[in-house]
Amino acid sequence: MSKIIIPTPLRKFTNQTATIQTNGTTVQAAIEELATKFPDLKQHLFDQSGTIRSFIRIFVGDDDIQSLEKEATKVSQHTIISIVPAIAGG
Amino acid sequence: MSNTTFSKEELERYSRHLIIPEFNIAGQRKLKEARVLVVGSGGLGSPLLLYLTAAGVGHIGIVDFDVVDDSNLQRQVLFGVENVGKPKVEAAKQRLNGLNPHVDIKVFNTMLTSENALEIMKDYDLVADGTDNFPTRYLVNDACVLLGIPNVYGSIFRFDGQVSVFNYTDADGHLGPNYRDLFPEPPPPGLVPSCAEGGVIGVLPGIIGSLQANEVIKVLTGIGKTLSGRLFVFDALTFETRTLNISKNPDLQPITELIDYQQFCGISTTSNKPEATSVKEISVQELHQLKKTNTDFQLIDVREPYEYEIVQINGELIPLNTVIQEAGRISKDKKVVIHCRSGKRSADAIIALEKNFGFENLYNLKGGVLAYANEIDASLATY
Repeated sequence: MSKIIIPTPLRKFTNQTATIQTNGTTVQAAIEELATKFPDLKQHLFDQSGTIRSFIRIFVGDDDIQSLEKEATKVSQHTIISIVPAIAGG
Repeated sequence: MSNTTFSKEELERYSRHLIIPEFNIAGQRKLKEARVLVVGSGGLGSPLLLYLTAAGVGHIGIVDFDVVDDSNLQRQVLFGVENVGKPKVEAAKQRLNGLNPHVDIKVFNTMLTSENALEIMKDYDLVADGTDNFPTRYLVNDACVLLGIPNVYGSIFRFDGQVSVFNYTDADGHLGPNYRDLFPEPPPPGLVPSCAEGGVIGVLPGIIGSLQANEVIKVLTGIGKTLSGRLFVFDALTFETRTLNISKNPDLQPITELIDYQQFCGISTTSNKPEATSVKEISVQELHQLKKTNTDFQLIDVREPYEYEIVQINGELIPLNTVIQEAGRISKDKKVVIHCRSGKRSADAIIALEKNFGFENLYNLKGGVLAYANEIDASLATY
């Protein structure tokens, strides 16, 4: 059970929902659960090989999953997963 | 010891800095000796330029090719009604000279490109990125890396803001991550709209640009702990703030030269509009003629209801995401003109309707309601 924070640009694929509770015990499971719940989100999160796209970073707590166990990073009930996409407005 | 001195007027102006123990006249001297380039004088550039000028950064360069537009004034607080239609850099220089005559302002009324970036940026100690598009952000980043200068980054979209300090070498000689370490590649065109397309809450660039200005001052004076190696993320809607740790990406290809950033970001100047050319089109003049001659045709508007409230040309409102369900409302027997704001969404609607229902009578209004307002009816608002 972790909370995923959805950034504004991707909220159009989550019915404008800002946070989603998931049951997965790893980042991979949590994100896949999110993508199953909101199928339109999937193509924006993953490339064709299933890898998280390079303009999106995933953080568990304050840390990038690339510096943790990547998609296998464990999450628990109180974990906050942040999806941070590149934005360019100025 | 520096030879930089201050006049009586300057000492009085900066007195609130000078009495901060960890800032004092040494910090003010560093600001006065500094050379900062602000790329983009829009939403982020406005607070950046105002605060850096007020604070007494000695030499400020401004790069922008745009002119002031009415739609800028909701957030670009550097400008006023009297500046509309004028080059932004000229209006900015005039305002900033009035704010602080002790600051040397140099303007570049040009687009930053791979050809001119290094030449413009080489004379500066630091760049503050207030641009509004991915190609220029990668260009600014790569040029900063090549020149070995820090890039104080800020970015906004609707209610989201981000701030960081890239390519910063700290007092121990440790070089922090750059923009490509965080985002190796940009999103495909169209996924993340610009502020012009997606909107932005007017106060947000004021908040984010002010945070950037604070980071610029910290980098220049060496006080405090900069955002190097960290990304500050702000959601103005929920007031969630996070400061996330970012690090160098060991797999990142070294940056050795400036490239074609339009191409890198998937923005081809010749082949990026297949939808626009694969559907039948009608000009705003032709639409105007249809209306004037009372021709029997149907006009469909596929924008959102909140856009319809800004401006409309008597089309039937069927938002793009409902167009398939509502296809029964669209005639197959007469000419149907479909429009949106500028022509992209209406082309998408036509492609979907032709594919799913075999329509052959649909025409996309070239340039959308914007073109109609600009070319046919000047009383209509543009947005």
